[in-house]
Amino acid sequence: MSSENMISAKSISLRFDTEDGVVNALQNVSINISRGEFVSFIGPSGCGKTTFLRIIADLERPTEGEIEVNGMTPEEARRARAYGYVFQAPGLYPWRTIEANVRLPLEIMKYSKAEISKRIQRVLSLVELNGFEKKFPWQLSGGMQQRVSIARSLSFDADILLMDEPFGALDEIVRDHLNLQLLKLWLKTNKTICFVTHSIPEAVYLSTKIVVMSPRPGRIIDVIDSALPKQRPLEIRDTKPFIEIAQRVREGLRKGQSYD
Amino acid sequence: MTRSFLPITTITVFILFVWYGFSIVLNSSWAYDRAARNSQTLTFKELVHDTWSQKKPKLPAPHQVFSEMWETTFNKKVTSKRSLVYHTWITLSGTIAGFLLGTMLGIILALAIVHDRATDLSIMPWIITSQAIPILALAPMIIVVLGSMGFTGLLPKAVISMYLSFFPVVVGMVKGLRSPEILEIDQMKTWSATKTQILWYLRIPRSIPYLFTSLKLGIAASLVGAIVGELPSGAISGLGARMLAGSYYGQTIKIWSALFAAAILAATLVTLIGLIQKIISRRMMLQL
Ligand SMILES: Nc1ncnc2c1ncn2[C@@H]1O[C@H](COP(=O)(O)OP(=O)(O)OP(=O)(O)O)[C@@H](O)[C@H]1O
Ligand SMILES: [Mg+2]
Repeated sequence: MSSENMISAKSISLRFDTEDGVVNALQNVSINISRGEFVSFIGPSGCGKTTFLRIIADLERPTEGEIEVNGMTPEEARRARAYGYVFQAPGLYPWRTIEANVRLPLEIMKYSKAEISKRIQRVLSLVELNGFEKKFPWQLSGGMQQRVSIARSLSFDADILLMDEPFGALDEIVRDHLNLQLLKLWLKTNKTICFVTHSIPEAVYLSTKIVVMSPRPGRIIDVIDSALPKQRPLEIRDTKPFIEIAQRVREGLRKGQSYD
Repeated sequence: MTRSFLPITTITVFILFVWYGFSIVLNSSWAYDRAARNSQTLTFKELVHDTWSQKKPKLPAPHQVFSEMWETTFNKKVTSKRSLVYHTWITLSGTIAGFLLGTMLGIILALAIVHDRATDLSIMPWIITSQAIPILALAPMIIVVLGSMGFTGLLPKAVISMYLSFFPVVVGMVKGLRSPEILEIDQMKTWSATKTQILWYLRIPRSIPYLFTSLKLGIAASLVGAIVGELPSGAISGLGARMLAGSYYGQTIKIWSALFAAAILAATLVTLIGLIQKIISRRMMLQL
């Protein structure tokens, strides 16, 4: 496999045995994600987006199929701290200040004191939150808390960033702002980003690759490589290429629905 | 403070009213008997006066108890065997020793249980069983066994007290240490945190509110344990011993004042823990 392949999944299936019977969360999912790509996963609720991210993160094991993350098994990749994971909820510790929250993974990974304070400053400025070090999470708005969570996942320089609907709970204006920031951050850091969303404009605006999924069983309907330039002002959403990609995503979603 | 003043006062007045009433009722037969022996009849006023001032009443009146408490607290040297402060101190030292031991034991057991599923399955039934045995049956045995090994005084009391107080700590701490959500544990896993790190950075901080609830129950149980430990040992000091001695000689006023001392002690200790909890939770910024 080429070294450019950051994540490669081959015929991944995952079944959950529940009390109400077997759930095919994912069926026969194959995808290759190259280094530095921004990949969005979009699809209706229950189509296995979170499950796929969790498989990459070694929080879930596939029942069938093979997956490599940065050339390793997911478990090795997790142990090598190859990815940062941003959950839908900020998941900040209420008894820790912002600074101490960002410090937590660094402490766990046993970075030196000097290195830790350097990194805290760096990632907090990446998400534009300098000056909030001594505040507690409840003193921050939801959007700011989510930025802290992103800063925390960036602090240890993982090559991959897994984001599960990080802006799902935020209003559109805050979301636009954070999308801009995230794009800037991605250009600056050249990370590989896997991003789950329910919003078509968000997916098209952010991604170099859009993966359209459908539920029961969860599978990939369409993979769209976006030809939009890397530099994207918000106004790009009104241009023709943008609208065309959005239409193709919408079509894929509709096709997925008509299966059942 | 001012808002709770009225309800508390109302309840207190009500309790005193009922108490004085029962004093009259319960102590009246003795008063009538004595009057009959002296071929007297009692007016209601005389009856009330008599029932509220007997030397060995069935139910002493509140003012008798409080004056006894006042007398034995402030007008006796604190080192004297007749000082309530002395006896309270003896019981308090047993309580604290048992509480510390019980808390430590409880936390250690909780850590073991949460750490390992097998420990949970093998120890938990024993812990539950231990609490099903009535302490009154167990206490004399503990005292005899420890006594035969040469331990008397504080230690047996502390052991009994520990036996009662470790239980709420185990139960509360197990619940507290398991209180982090799956999401929080998953997040720790994404940083490949070790079990110890998850314990230290996540489980322990999350368990603090549970710990304090347990400590409040634990200290009250410790006090009960210390008093129970003073009953069968033929101890001559401590609130338990004072209650027992009081009951031998029918000195009900003494029993009641020891009872009140124990109640005040319990309230003070629980309040103290609540205070520490407030300080710590403010430091930790947890809204408890
Ligand atoms: N631990 C689990 N046990 C049983 N079933 C599960 C479990 N996790 C997920 N599922 C099921 O797997 C399917 C896919 O779930 P998943 O969370 O991946 O969906 P999703 O695409 O992220 O949905 P959403 O957009 O609502 O977040 C669902 O039907 C869900 O009920
Ligand atoms: Mg999801």
